[in-house]
Formats: sequence, C-alpha cells, structure tokens
Amino acid sequence: MSVRGKVAIIGAAETDSLGIIPDRSALQLHAEAARNAFSDCGISKSDVDGVAAAGQSPIAVADYLGITPRYIDGTAIGGCSFMVHVRHASAAIAAGLCDVVLITHGESGRSRVGAAPRAPDGASLQGQFEVPYGIWGPPTLFPIGVLRYMKKFGLTHEQLASVAVAQRKWASRNPRAYKRALITLEDVLASPMIAYPMHLLECCLVTDGGGALILTSAERAAAMDLPRPPVYVLGTGESAESTMISMMEDFTSSRAFRMSAARAFAEAGIAHSEVDHLMIYDAFAHLPIYGLEDLGFVGRGEAGAFISEGNTEPGGKLPLNTNGGGLSYTHTGMYGMFAIQESVRQLRGDAAAQVPGVNVSVAHGVGGMFMSAGTLVLGTADVART
Amino acid sequence: MSVDKPVPKPTPETQPYWDGALAAELRIQRCTPCREFYFYPRLFCPRCMSADVQWVSVSGRARLHSYVINHRAAPGFEADAPYVIAIVELEEGPRMMANLVGVEPRPEMLTLDMDLEVAFAQRGDLRLPVFRPASGSVS
Repeated sequence: MSVRGKVAIIGAAETDSLGIIPDRSALQLHAEAARNAFSDCGISKSDVDGVAAAGQSPIAVADYLGITPRYIDGTAIGGCSFMVHVRHASAAIAAGLCDVVLITHGESGRSRVGAAPRAPDGASLQGQFEVPYGIWGPPTLFPIGVLRYMKKFGLTHEQLASVAVAQRKWASRNPRAYKRALITLEDVLASPMIAYPMHLLECCLVTDGGGALILTSAERAAAMDLPRPPVYVLGTGESAESTMISMMEDFTSSRAFRMSAARAFAEAGIAHSEVDHLMIYDAFAHLPIYGLEDLGFVGRGEAGAFISEGNTEPGGKLPLNTNGGGLSYTHTGMYGMFAIQESVRQLRGDAAAQVPGVNVSVAHGVGGMFMSAGTLVLGTADVART
Repeated sequence: MSVDKPVPKPTPETQPYWDGALAAELRIQRCTPCREFYFYPRLFCPRCMSADVQWVSVSGRARLHSYVINHRAAPGFEADAPYVIAIVELEEGPRMMANLVGVEPRPEMLTLDMDLEVAFAQRGDLRLPVFRPASGSVS
C-alpha cells in the first residue's frame, strides 16, 4: 500500500515569533503553533482526532489544547520526528484510524523555559562510551566524521564554509530569519573555532520557537473550503542507525539518510530531476553535503563543489534550505518541523524567498547525530493527481 | 562551580569491559561462530545473534579514523581544552570513541590513519581507555 496522494497537509504555521522567546514555556510554544495552524486552515480544534508531538508528550499537548485524541504518536527520535509523524499520520489516515491529525513542535532551546534537562545517564550506552570523553553537545559529535570525509573526497574548508554563505543568501531575503546579514567565506573561516574543523558560522543557531501541521485525507481536504491550497504527501521514508555516532557504519555517509530517502522517492515515483525545491536539515554545514549525496542528488564526493559553485543558492538549479536553514533561519533543537514548514510555503507559493513554480519539494530530516532520518516528498495538487 | 569529569556506570553487560580497563587491558567481545569482533558490549553477537561470544584482550593497536578538536570544554574538562575527541579503529576491526593523549591537539599533529596505542586514564574508581601515538611511530 502506498499513501501517495491520499493525504494532504491542510494547515501549517509557526509560532508568532522565532528566536528569543523568554516569556513562553516549551509546551506553550507547541500550543501557540497549534492555534496558529487551526487559523491557517480555518478548522476548529474539535475537528482534530489525532495528535503527534516530540519534545513534549503528545498527551500533554492534547490536554493543554483540550483535545481528546483517538490517535496518538509520541515518536521522539530527534529533529526528524516531525517527518516521521507525517509519515505515521499519513498511514493512519489512509487506514482510517483517524481523520485529522495535529503535529506540533515547540522548544525553548535558547531560553530553556519549561524545557527538559539534558543529562544522559552514566549507565546508558552514551553515558559509558561517549560522555566520558568530554563530548559537549552536538558540535563535539555531529562533525566527528568530517575530517574523514575531507580525506576521502578532498572536500576543502572553503567548500564547507560555502554552505553557510549560500544559506545566508536565502536568509537575507527572509524577514523572519534570525541571521540575515550576508557573510563571506572569510567571515566563516574567521569565526571562532568551536570544534575543529567546525567554525561558529558552520554551526546551527540556538533559538526558541515552534511549528504545527494539520493533516487529513485528500478526499476530506477536497470537500473543505480551505483558504490555502493543500499540499499532498507523495512519498515518505524513515530509518535509523545508532544512538551513538561513534558506531556509524561509514563516517562519510549516513545509512539512515540513504534508506529513508530511497523509500520516499520510490513511493513518490519521482526522479531527482523533478524535485523543484529541497530542504535538508542543516544542524551543521556538512549536513547538506552528506544529504545531497545520500539522497542521490549528486554523486559521492561531489556535493562540496556543487554547493560552492552556487547551484543551491538563489537562482541556482536546486534551491536548498530556502528559509536560511538551521544555520541562519532558526534552530530550536529539533529543527525538522521548520524544514517541513518551508516546503509547505514553497508549494503554496507564499514563501518569503519564493522559488518560481515549485510543484515537488523534498524535506529531509535528521535526528540525533546521524541517529535517525525522515524524508517527505511533498507536491501540489497537479503532481498528486498524476 | 567546578565539577568532576563524568564517570561511566557499568551495567552487568559492560562490566567485563570496565574490569579489563582497570587491569590495563582493552577487552572486547568476539563471536565464536562468525569470528567477528564487535564493540560496544552485548551479550550476543549483533551480526548472527549467537550467544556464544567471548571476551578477548585485544592488542590495543588502532588507527586514527576521524576526530574533532573541541574548543568549548565540557564540564570538568576546562583544564584540557582544546582536546581531541576521536574515532579510533582497532586493529581487530571495531571502532570506538576515545580521547587522544600524548599529542598536541593541533591538526598538523593529527594525521588520519596514524598509528595509535591504548592507554588508560583514571576516572573516579574506574580507568578509561584512551589512545596515544604508537611508540616508535613518527609523529
């Protein structure tokens, strides 16, 4: 069974503001995003019968909003959880388990209001085999394979830095982006070293914010008087590798990325050349490089040159991370929701840095440090009908 | 407020690994039927699911597979920064995370695939496997 074209994203919204929101708890950010998503599509919360969330319990979110769900998904596998929520919700809707699913994200990543503590237990696998070596957040873990990639493929520090430069060009066109001032390769390479080889400007932002999505069947969506065009789910994928990046099979490629993307593309039945717009979760500058290759857009070892030559910038042939990404737009901790939001905006035609004629968009997320992956191929009604 | 470096808490499945480290031996597991070494510790082989697995004291020889040089110290590591968090590939095959010691934390001193050997650093009541450039290797 395939869900291709059977399910639509009818509502999509972010919190009123993004960035520094010291007067909102993480749970309230979920709720605010949900309320904005109801307004976005003009439905009432009483129409919602399924709830999915990560970071906060979906039960906490449902209760906070006064919703009694008959479908609950608490999949919490890091920043790609929301891609996976869309995948599971699509299957659930197609199977008749529920009719309208609300998916929420909210994180007080910067202000840490009502945020969960982050201490791993000393007896956990990571507590025994990674934490004792002085790991300190994602910058010490996520890039640990980059030098191996550089040795294997000849990626240069300048090419790596060009990822941040390209994405800032997109962010400069987006009033909601946290960082908008254009930057040069020299700026990136002169920014403070965080964890060699990664400089500050090659690491994601740390912000507060949230987002929410509302999904229903294509049939139901067609019968509704929606203010904005539905965005259709064409294909989905998910996969996982290890909770410890040190156990990665290949430090130059993500097995989870490859598995997840291959499944999503196969289900959608589209070729890479048909993708008009692409979001690849960019917690760090090397992620779009790994992503472009592992999703199959370029050959192995080619992504650094592909980006540094301008192919993913405004006017390039493959617009990538057009909101500015985790590097420049926002990064609350589990950024995947924002990648999906931007794909929806581009497909609706109302993005801040709108790419002309987007009919197929791919949103690819990562969880943990190459721990997990979720991929969505989304399209307009024109594509979903074919 | 200064804090101590994190101390791992062994579980029943990992205890032999930490016991080995206390005895200055790097012990990992090997599956008897499929002959493969594996890490991290598990009571049966992740490849073939056989429970016929043995703890083996391995050579401690390894190569530097990849690394970062961390400039923002984790709590307890302030005096060490910048320090190397590496992925090392054991001669027997498996890879693991470890700090590098006995070498300056500068990229020009840290060539991928350079030869390393295990050493042990006191951590609480335990000893933690770390790696240093192999004796006799030109660095």
